Amino acid sequence: MTTQKLEITAFRFLIRFNMQSGVKKNLHRETAHTARNLTELKRGEHGILERIDLPEEDARRLMEMGFLPGHTITPAHAAPGGDPRVFRVDGSEVALRRETAIRMILRSNPGPEH
Amino acid sequence: MSDCHNCSAGTTLVAAPPFVKQRIVAIIGPPNSGKSTLFNRLTGLRQKVANFPGVTVEHRMGRVKLDPGREVFVVDLPGVYSLTPRTEDERVTHDVLLGKMKDLPRPEAILLILDSTNLSRHLVLAAPVLSLGLPTLVILNMADDLARRGGGADALELAEQLGTPVALVSASKGTGLDKVFQFLDGATATPHKPPRVELPVIQNIPQCRAWAAKVGNNSKYSAPAPPLWTRRLDRIFLHPVVGPLVFAAVIVAVFQLIFSAGKPLMDLVQPAIDRSGNWIGSFISNATLRSLIVQGIWNGVGNVVGFLPQILLLSLFIGFLEDSGYLARAALITDRTMGWFGLQGKSFIPLLSAYACAVPAIMATRTIESKRDRIATILIAPFMTCSARLPVYTLVILAFIPDRPLVGWALHTQAAAMLGLYVLGFVAALGTARLLKSTILKSSRSSFILEMPPYRVPTVTSLALRLLDRSKVFLKRAGTVILGVAICIWGLTYLPPSHGDIGGSYAGKIGHAIEPAIRPLGFNWKIGIGLITSLAARETIVSTLGTIYGVEGEDGEHSTTLQQAIHHDLTPGGAFALLVFFAFALQCMSTVAVVRRETGGWKWPAVQFAYMTGLAYVCAFAANKLLS
Repeated sequence: MTTQKLEITAFRFLIRFNMQSGVKKNLHRETAHTARNLTELKRGEHGILERIDLPEEDARRLMEMGFLPGHTITPAHAAPGGDPRVFRVDGSEVALRRETAIRMILRSNPGPEH
Repeated sequence: MSDCHNCSAGTTLVAAPPFVKQRIVAIIGPPNSGKSTLFNRLTGLRQKVANFPGVTVEHRMGRVKLDPGREVFVVDLPGVYSLTPRTEDERVTHDVLLGKMKDLPRPEAILLILDSTNLSRHLVLAAPVLSLGLPTLVILNMADDLARRGGGADALELAEQLGTPVALVSASKGTGLDKVFQFLDGATATPHKPPRVELPVIQNIPQCRAWAAKVGNNSKYSAPAPPLWTRRLDRIFLHPVVGPLVFAAVIVAVFQLIFSAGKPLMDLVQPAIDRSGNWIGSFISNATLRSLIVQGIWNGVGNVVGFLPQILLLSLFIGFLEDSGYLARAALITDRTMGWFGLQGKSFIPLLSAYACAVPAIMATRTIESKRDRIATILIAPFMTCSARLPVYTLVILAFIPDRPLVGWALHTQAAAMLGLYVLGFVAALGTARLLKSTILKSSRSSFILEMPPYRVPTVTSLALRLLDRSKVFLKRAGTVILGVAICIWGLTYLPPSHGDIGGSYAGKIGHAIEPAIRPLGFNWKIGIGLITSLAARETIVSTLGTIYGVEGEDGEHSTTLQQAIHHDLTPGGAFALLVFFAFALQCMSTVAVVRRETGGWKWPAVQFAYMTGLAYVCAFAANKLLS
C-alpha cells in the first residue's frame, strides 16, 4: 500500500470517528512521524491508542476486539522472537503481528488512565 | 415453516416430526463466550466445544425438552463480534439471523450469551442484536468466575436498561438455567419493553462501545480482577525459552502416551475379538457361512475396531488442549514458523485437529479470513496424520520395529517411529504450503489477530461428549463402509472356490493384475488389494489384509496373527514404502467430498488427489530403493 493511500485511510478515520477534534491535516502529517506506535511500548508501560492506520476491514475488526481510540493498551507476553505479541486492551488479551501493531499509533502524551 | 430434514447440521441432524410447528431459537454471542457449552446444557446433544475462538463453524440444531411434551429447537451459531460478517463462519451466523439460510426458517427468538467477566466489551454486540427486534434473552455467562474474581452484575437492573430479560448463569456448572428454560417456554410471548437507554448507530463501533459502557455503569456492573491464574500460566507457557520447550514436550508426551497407554488397551481388545470370533464360529456348521462370518465380517471389522482405544486417547488429548485454552497459545507460538511457510498461526488449529480427522479440520478453516490462506490450509490438511492412519502405522511398526528404549524411558523406538511419521506428514504439509503460497496461491502476508482466552479446566462432560462423538463416527464407518468392503473382499477371496489358494480367487487375479505397477514400491499383490480397498478409507486396508490372511490361514490349523503375516510377506524396504505411501496418499472419500463442498467445485479436490497420490507413489518408490 502506498503512503498516500495510508494517509487517506488515516484521514478517513479522523473524520469518521472524530478522534482528534480540531486537528488539521498538515499537523496530523507531522505527528505521524514523531508519534509512537504499539511496537515501541516497553513491558510494564502502557499507552493510549490514537488511531489505526490500516485498511478499513482490519481496522474494524481490531476496533470490535477493543482497540478503540482512547483505550489503554498494555503489552504482555510474546511468541519466541517477540512477534506476534499479546496486548491487553479493554479486558481482553489479543495477539497481533508486528506489522499490524506498527500501524497502531499511540497518543503522544498519555492522559490519565481509565 | 418447513421441517429441518435438509439443514446441513453435520452429524447432529435432528429431524422433526413434520406435523409439529417448529419454534426456533438462536444462540448467538462473541467467540468463546460459552455458546456451545450452553447448547450442550440445554439439549444434551453432542456439540464440539473448545476453549478457542471459532470452534463452531457451522450452525447446529438441537432439541430442548420443555415440560409436558413441548419442545423448542435451538440453533448454535458461530461466534461473532458484530453482525457484519468477514469470514465464512461469521456469514453463517449473519445468514441464519436474517433468515437467509436455505432450509432453515428465521429464528423466532434469540439467546444472546455474553461473558460476564468482560461485560462492557461484550455488551457491544447487544446493540445490533437488540435492534433486530426479536424477543431476546441476554445471558450473562461465567457468573461463577465473575463472583470469584470479585466482580458483580445486577441482572434486574441490566434488564431495565436493555428492556429485555437478563439471566445470570454458569453454563459449565449448570447454575441459573431455570430462567433460560422459562424464556424458551414462552419465547414468543415475552413482551418487548422499550429499552431505558437508546440503541446506538450500529455501524459506529466507538459509539456502540460508549453505549455499552453507559449501560454497564447504569446497571452498576463492576468488572472483576484480572484472571490471576491465566497470567501466572502464561508466564510459563509464553516464556521466550520455557514456552517453546513446553510446547515440544507436550507434543512428544502425547505420542509417547498414545503408544505406551494405547498398546496395553489394544492387547486386551484384539485377543477378545479373536476368541469371540472362534466362539461364534463354533455354532455354525456350514463351512462357507462360518468363513463369511468369522473370517470375513468378524475379523475384518474387528481388526479395525481394535484401534478404537488409541484413536479415543488421541482425541482426548487434542480435546484437552483445545478446551483448556492452550491451543490459542500454541497458535501464537507457531505463527512465526507458519508465516515462513506462507501461512499464519490460525492455520495451526485446523492442522492440529486434522490429527484426529481431516474432515472437521477442513471445516475449521472457515475462521481464516484470507481466501487463499484458507484454500492452502484445506489442501495441506490431509497430510496431517489423521487417526485413520493410526491402525496402518501401528500394524506395520509393531510388525517391523522392536521396542527398545531410545531416550531412556521417555521415548521408545516404536513411539519414535510413530512420531517420525507424524513429523513426515507435517513436513510434507508445510513444504506443500510453501510451494502453493509461492506459486498458484500467492498473496501478500495476511494479518493475524487472535484473542487469547483465559485458561479453563476442561469439563468432564465436554470431553466425554467429544469421545462419544468420535466413537460414533468411527463405529459408524466400521459398521457401514468397512463392513461392506470386508464382505466384498471375503467374497472376492473365497470365490471361485479354490480351497484356500487365494492366488486363484478373483481378489488374487485383481491383485496380480496391478502387481506390475506396485512392484517397484516393494508391494506384493496382497498389499495391492489392500491399496485398492483403502481408497474408500485408509483403515480399510487393515481389515482387508485381515480377511485375506484370515482366509489363507484357515487351511492350516495354526492361525498366524496379522502382524506376523505382514512381517513374513513384506521386506523392510516394502514396509517403509507402505508407511510413506500412507503418509502422503489421499485415500479418503469423506475428505474429497468435504473439500469439494468447502471449495465449491471439483477443481481443488482433483488437484489435491493427483498431487498427493503422485507424491505418495514417488516417495514410496524412493523409500523402497533406500532400504533395499
